[in-house]
Amino acid sequence: MTRHLKMDTPATARLLDELPSRLTGKPMDRPDGPKKVAGKATYAHEWEIEGKTFGVLARAPISKGKLVRIDKSSVESLPGILGVFSEDRFLRNPAQGTANEAPIQGVSEISYFGQPIALVVAETFEQARHGAHMLELVCEADSHGVFDPEANNISPEKPEDDQLDQGDLDKAMAEAAFTVDSTYRTPNHNSAAMEPHCSIASWEGDQLTLHGSYQMVKYNVNELADSLGIEPEKVRILSPFVGGGFGSKLGIAPEAVAAAIAAKEIGRPVCVTLTRQQVFENVMRRSESRQRLRLAADETGKLTGLGHECLVSNLPGETFHEPVIQATHFIYGGENRRLSIEVARLNRMCAGSVRAPGEAIGMQVLENAMDELAHTSGIDPVELRKRNIPDTHPEEGMPYSSRPFAEALDEGAKRFGWDKRNPEPGKQREGEWLIGMGMAAAARVNMLMESKARVKLKDDGTAIVETDMTDIGTGTYAILTQLCCDMLGLAPEQVDTRLGDSNFPKASGSGGSFGASSSGSSVYLACQDIRGELARRLGCDEDALHLNGGKASGSGQEVSLTDLLAGETIEGEGHIEPGKTMEKVQQATYGSYFAEVAVNAVTGETRVRRMLGVFGAGRILNHKTATSQCYGGMTWGIGMALHEAMEFDPRDGHVVNNDFAEYHVPVNLDVPQLDVVLLEERDDWASPIQAKGLGELGLCGAGAAVTNAIFNATGVRVREYPATLDKILDGLPELQPA
Amino acid sequence: MRPFDYYRSDDPADAVKAASEKGTLFIAGGTNLLDLMKLDLMTPNRLIDINRIGLDEITPSDDGGLSIGTLVTNSDCAADMRIRQDYAVLSRAILAGASGQLRNKATTGGNLCQRTRCYYFYDPDMACNKRKPGSGCSAIGGANRIHAILGASDECIATYPGDMAVAMAALDAEVVIEGQGGDTRTVPVRDFHRLPGDQPDRDNILESGDLITHVTLPAPAKGRHIYRKVRDRASYAFALVSIAAVVEMDAGKIASASLAFGGLAHKPWHDPAIDDLLTGEAPSEALFDKAADILLADAKGQGQNDFKIPLTRRTLKAVLREATGERS
Repeated sequence: MTRHLKMDTPATARLLDELPSRLTGKPMDRPDGPKKVAGKATYAHEWEIEGKTFGVLARAPISKGKLVRIDKSSVESLPGILGVFSEDRFLRNPAQGTANEAPIQGVSEISYFGQPIALVVAETFEQARHGAHMLELVCEADSHGVFDPEANNISPEKPEDDQLDQGDLDKAMAEAAFTVDSTYRTPNHNSAAMEPHCSIASWEGDQLTLHGSYQMVKYNVNELADSLGIEPEKVRILSPFVGGGFGSKLGIAPEAVAAAIAAKEIGRPVCVTLTRQQVFENVMRRSESRQRLRLAADETGKLTGLGHECLVSNLPGETFHEPVIQATHFIYGGENRRLSIEVARLNRMCAGSVRAPGEAIGMQVLENAMDELAHTSGIDPVELRKRNIPDTHPEEGMPYSSRPFAEALDEGAKRFGWDKRNPEPGKQREGEWLIGMGMAAAARVNMLMESKARVKLKDDGTAIVETDMTDIGTGTYAILTQLCCDMLGLAPEQVDTRLGDSNFPKASGSGGSFGASSSGSSVYLACQDIRGELARRLGCDEDALHLNGGKASGSGQEVSLTDLLAGETIEGEGHIEPGKTMEKVQQATYGSYFAEVAVNAVTGETRVRRMLGVFGAGRILNHKTATSQCYGGMTWGIGMALHEAMEFDPRDGHVVNNDFAEYHVPVNLDVPQLDVVLLEERDDWASPIQAKGLGELGLCGAGAAVTNAIFNATGVRVREYPATLDKILDGLPELQPA
Repeated sequence: MRPFDYYRSDDPADAVKAASEKGTLFIAGGTNLLDLMKLDLMTPNRLIDINRIGLDEITPSDDGGLSIGTLVTNSDCAADMRIRQDYAVLSRAILAGASGQLRNKATTGGNLCQRTRCYYFYDPDMACNKRKPGSGCSAIGGANRIHAILGASDECIATYPGDMAVAMAALDAEVVIEGQGGDTRTVPVRDFHRLPGDQPDRDNILESGDLITHVTLPAPAKGRHIYRKVRDRASYAFALVSIAAVVEMDAGKIASASLAFGGLAHKPWHDPAIDDLLTGEAPSEALFDKAADILLADAKGQGQNDFKIPLTRRTLKAVLREATGERS
């Protein structure tokens, strides 16, 4: 049996609000938590597999050119070496999320410094790594590498779908009471997940099993099969625990394909784990951006024009580009609009999805520009945003689904004490420290993806949830368990949720914040399927069925669940598909951020003193894991605002800060106690469980609250992220002794 | 990591003897050496593990100072009550460095031997005169925001990244070294590290097989002990500039001053002319500017790190204000 739902109409039945246990939404502990803290959750590298060998990828030592020859004899006599592999099926770079096919393959053409071009396999990891360092590669460098996206001699591409010209922006700018015309730049980011990327490939005959660290198993199976030239049926991927993904583990990556090729050849399992340096060099980067923001407003601050023109980059041949303007399309009004993205082709590692692609940097910069407009017009930043919330989509004309945007702004301002802010910059001082407050809005598109799940209600009244959905630290195990508990009237210990096995029904995977609502809906539907069968057995309508504490009742009867099961297991399948509700309304999530910073007047060092985020994302499935997602997102925002940036050598484009000592993610001392408020909301247009995506909302503008606070503290407007002290120093007042 | 021999010693004399072979290195906490070995940037043939040779105590010395055994961990040193009371600048400097986990492993002697920090030194595919003499310096003209503004050469612009040694330089501590053949010598911390010159492969004056056995601190220096570290994030980042200052005031004048600087050069920077300038003078903005003039007279930026010059001036003046001002 399968319960299928295509979201063509709003799901107005809010069953989860009517069920007796109401566990969904509660801050239930993760069922996988104890395993993780006890070291019993097995991550990709840790699988003990008989005969396991280790492979380490060798890097291209040039940025552009050809691989002429690999001198395998340079390492073959080293201790433990089992082989050196390099061939045309190797991947140039990871597949983009949801690609579902192989990315660009081959090793002879070198497109960026550090491209993996060979795999050295040995008995131990240390031997393989040494071999990869020692391997002699003969390369022919082409001196025409491009490393600067703004170089004069390149002509960026203009993707057709990302050129919006509506009305007359130039005229609106000329006639406006207030204008902003500012250009910002944001740097490249790496996801910097704690767990390095890893795959263990093992073959039984022509059947390949891959223990990998991957976010989207159903796509990864097809990508791996396509890369190797085998049938998808011959591939099984297991990814039950992922130590952080953030988009960096969306698509099949070079290490998986190399491991599979080598394992087949030597007849033993091969484990390939990236070193930390390789994580920075080979994994998807978030593209740098240049963003020109033009805002035209009338005397009341109402936008009459909005321009957001962006330049991003990627490797030649990649279709993905950072969708910087994604939320700009719908968050604010203004009838005259020019929104565009241009893409420069660089010899730099592949650009792809890094947590909240688009909004992370697009909202950040848009919200800086809004702060500039507030300052120029003298209108309070919160009020300015409220005045510009459009009634209908400013480009498409459709209505919005549930949108607690103004509520998030008001609630945040009230809780933070926004009324105590002095709008004039540089006026508050405590010793050496200049104090300021800033705010920004949050917005992120909402997506629903096709997803399937199976639930087995066993004859003993316990249940098993199975789906190839992943838990990348987000709390999937918890929320799917909670949904199943509510729907079947069970306690958490009666539900066993199993994830990340490609043999299970195919889920959305984790990405784009859609995992929870998509896979959650599929489990909800699978449970509805079971409820239908139980109702039939009980002889009542499904709507009248009441399940609680192992009892089933309806139409005046009550029996124990196990009696109703009568020694059988009932299996239900759920299948959710996106439908017309995606087009009929603009679906998105909203919020607000408020930050207080202290900037040292001597050194320009910034410390965030407190920060609040207020978010609306439809039904919250688990208050604790949802809050944690927001903490994480806001922490990313602090990092993006203050110090996170990949730095490249200007001459060959290789990343120089390739470890955690030099790539500065925030540490504990950078992050104050964060406050997160989740608004009570249901969005019937989004999914049958009225939930929307939340995993990325925490960083869709968060950094702007921090940099806007820096402006309020100092009067310095940093337009080149991150706001490291050297960019603030020049604008600081000379400090005189007290 | 290249295969290597491992020998565990249980006695300082035995350790020195065991280190007579070429290509031998001592290992204590390993917090820097192991990283470098993993990347094949340091490739010893043999490691002598000295974690069990003793020398892990802080003891009073005859001249009223302290003798810190080479194997005293950074955590223990920073937490020692005598260090905290009488050499607060040292405790503060240590706690400003690395992370709790690293400080638990890192040792006094090992920390002195921490290699200079440079993106290009850490990448085996890049030219680096420190790693491979004569191959060139990729940092010049490259990404050099964190690099030296003082004492660099055309061969190398890397900086010494540590904090502990900067405080030790301010305190005028000495390094006690046992060399091959059993001779013991003493070198001021201020002279222990080298400027790169035309031999950037040598970070310090240690000869092959030399074992640091102690660091000795002179009798406590009176006055305010300040360690100020300016960096890109609040913790776990190397200094862009750091200043260790021990300044004593008497009747409105600076009775004594000793300053050392981190993050600026290939070694902890100490300029006696600054200490001399300040001593005996009444504090003033003009005086502090003069101190900065002396420090930065020969400062040279590499482009991306030019900001370190004004940053150092501002920070120095703030440290001197704090050291000489009224107690708040």
